[in-house]
Amino acid sequence: MIPAAELHPAPRLTGAQIALECLIREGVDTIFGYPGGANLWLYRWLPEYPQLRHVLVRHEQGGAHAADGYARSKRGSVGVVFATSGPGALNLVTGLATAYMDSVPIVAITGQVPTTAIGTDAFQESDVIGSTMSVVKHSYLITRVDDVAATIREAFHVARTGRPGPVLIDFPKDLQAAVTAFSYPEGPARLRSFRAPAPPDPAKLRRIAQLIREAKRPVILFGRGVVIAQAEEELMQLAHLAGIPVGWTLLGTGAFPVNDPLALQMVGFMGAGYTNKAVCAADLLIMIGMRCDDRVTTRIDSFAPDIEHLVHIDIDPAEIGKNVVPHISLVADARTALRELIPLVEPKREHTWLTRVDQWKEEHPVRFVNHNGLLQPQEVLQEMYARCHDEAIVLADVGQNQIWAALWFSYGRPGLFLNSGGTGTMGYAFPASMGVKLANPDRTVFCVTGEGGFVMNMQEMATFVENDIDVKVIILNNASLGMVRQFQDDFYEGVRSAVDLSFTPDFVKLGDAFGMKAMSTRRREDVGAMLDEALAHRGPVLLNFDIDPDANVYPIVPLGKGMLDFVEAS
Amino acid sequence: MSQSRLLSVLVENKPGVLQRVASMIRRRGFNIDSLSVGPTEDETVSRMTIAVHVGRQQAEQATKQLAKLVDVITIDDITGLRNVAHELVLLRMHAPPGERTELLNMVEIFRGRVVDVAASTIIAEVTGSTEKIDNFIDLMRPYGIKELARSGAVALVRGDQARIRVLDFANGDDDRGAVPQAPAGAAGDQMGNV
Ligand SMILES: Cc1ncc(C[n+]2csc(CCOP(=O)(O)OP(=O)(O)O)c2C)c(N)n1
Repeated sequence: MIPAAELHPAPRLTGAQIALECLIREGVDTIFGYPGGANLWLYRWLPEYPQLRHVLVRHEQGGAHAADGYARSKRGSVGVVFATSGPGALNLVTGLATAYMDSVPIVAITGQVPTTAIGTDAFQESDVIGSTMSVVKHSYLITRVDDVAATIREAFHVARTGRPGPVLIDFPKDLQAAVTAFSYPEGPARLRSFRAPAPPDPAKLRRIAQLIREAKRPVILFGRGVVIAQAEEELMQLAHLAGIPVGWTLLGTGAFPVNDPLALQMVGFMGAGYTNKAVCAADLLIMIGMRCDDRVTTRIDSFAPDIEHLVHIDIDPAEIGKNVVPHISLVADARTALRELIPLVEPKREHTWLTRVDQWKEEHPVRFVNHNGLLQPQEVLQEMYARCHDEAIVLADVGQNQIWAALWFSYGRPGLFLNSGGTGTMGYAFPASMGVKLANPDRTVFCVTGEGGFVMNMQEMATFVENDIDVKVIILNNASLGMVRQFQDDFYEGVRSAVDLSFTPDFVKLGDAFGMKAMSTRRREDVGAMLDEALAHRGPVLLNFDIDPDANVYPIVPLGKGMLDFVEAS
Repeated sequence: MSQSRLLSVLVENKPGVLQRVASMIRRRGFNIDSLSVGPTEDETVSRMTIAVHVGRQQAEQATKQLAKLVDVITIDDITGLRNVAHELVLLRMHAPPGERTELLNMVEIFRGRVVDVAASTIIAEVTGSTEKIDNFIDLMRPYGIKELARSGAVALVRGDQARIRVLDFANGDDDRGAVPQAPAGAAGDQMGNV
């Protein structure tokens, strides 16, 4: 008898073909990338795989952010970006760091000089593994063409398992061309170092349920872990079951409906005053899927001083006890933990506590004041959110625009609000929004940005127009690096230094140059009509709003101060 | 309170592992006293023995961060366990004929041996606990140490069991009775970056 392997021999393919075959099997449909000498074999074969849509970005950083936006907005998927060796790969670093800090699963495949040239300072050689080591979850240098399939398999597994994160594969050019028999690795990828968390300990769950039963002043805070685990429903259930007010971090924004009676708001440095008050008065604080960084705690000794019991639930054991030490912790994804916890929790309401929280809400509303009749950023955002119909995906860049957009997000149900919360990468939102729209063609996508952050990656306008990526871009133009300007005014002795951006392009003309519809106004009464016109237009639109250059973010906790020292709009 | 902790770490025998471990430790601001790495009975696995000087909470953070590295297979904090932790030192000593006998006696007392003899110097080799090596070096100093090389500790836990406990943070018991606090050594201050 002839062995089966000889009847159906595995096809012999090049390393590049094998990589592309594997991407398809991992469920990839979109690749953001940029070609160059060291990845040209990948590009040679790419057109033969029409299932893989390649989007030619105009800068590799844009490609990394686009892959990030794709993965954040299509939960469960992994974003993919290609770059060539040396300068191409190094242009990914900020995008990888952004994805790493916010736990976003992406796989970056970079070309590398041939294996025989590695270490010789060959043309466009750089130590990409070394340069990216601290901003990726893991990385691989492929050394044999026979390893290509297994490496890609494992890379996707690492990117999406446990706490997700970016993974980089450095793929030498000669191995892209080398030929070998291709067979897709059967069965699940296995890593001996990876131990899946055991189901949450029932004794701990019972203890948490008991703490909830006994608590007089309970509060829940959550972060992006709830979004990643898609635990919005469960969170809502738990809150309503036990009448627990819910606040969130910047990266948690959107996942709990602001209009819910139990909703607090964002917590911390630029959070709502009433959230900070509730956290500081709480006797039980349950933190879910969050790192509790310095933006949340402000001065650490001011964070939740009255607490009797701190519960911390996170998928990453290293987050437990890193910044605050909990009394009880659960290493689990938010959804699993909440699903197991809810059946043990008894319905209850602490009316005195809820009344007190409601009073704080009235005393410290999130608000703004229009002192001078100039267009206020919040006025633009209110009009935008009124057109989101609880459905649009909203991105924000970094700076004042980010905090305004987060604080005015107001859906009646869980929604998606995406931003670079961990690294605070200016220039993130615009390229990321390409990925978001391509992953969600049927949803409205708004990208809120400052003019400073927008110009950092505005080259992607070409990509938007070429691919007709229908995102409505809202530039809140205050002719300055607003957030830095505000810090200088309030915390650096009032000296404005290197923050003036009055020399910024005319965005309508710029849009015109790129072939992108663009509009601009400084008048309150134009805002609604302009947004309607943008929404009626099929395709990307740039909307420039010249806002009050002195508008500030409130509330804010002055640097070095504590949670209750927040300063409000006056 | 800061103390020395001894971590025994099994890692994938792959290029770059040492850099990953060292880079993580540096980035998180932990101080390494010594780090040794070498093969094990399984050729796909290397053992690293890392001595770090940190507080208790920081030690936990260091081990958890190490455990997260994909190339780290298991990690065991063997501080205070019944372990054998040995290092090796090579000392090139100034050894004029008049002082040689005395030197050789000292080496003998430390159960070391002389591995090289030249016209005016010798090389002595001693193995043992870090403390023993420290003592030996201190006693040798007056004779004139010309060169010194130390291996850093390698360690195994005593007894029949291959390992006592593999730290498995994903399933560990983290309950503590403490209140929220800044980890030892962390700036309690707000960074205020924009
Ligand atoms: C890449 C990068 N460089 C610098 C900073 C520091 N920074 C934070 S906010 C900000 C100002 C942002 O200005 P703009 O984009 O106009 O937004 P605005 O704050 O005015 O809304 C700067 C410079 C950063 N976060 N990212």
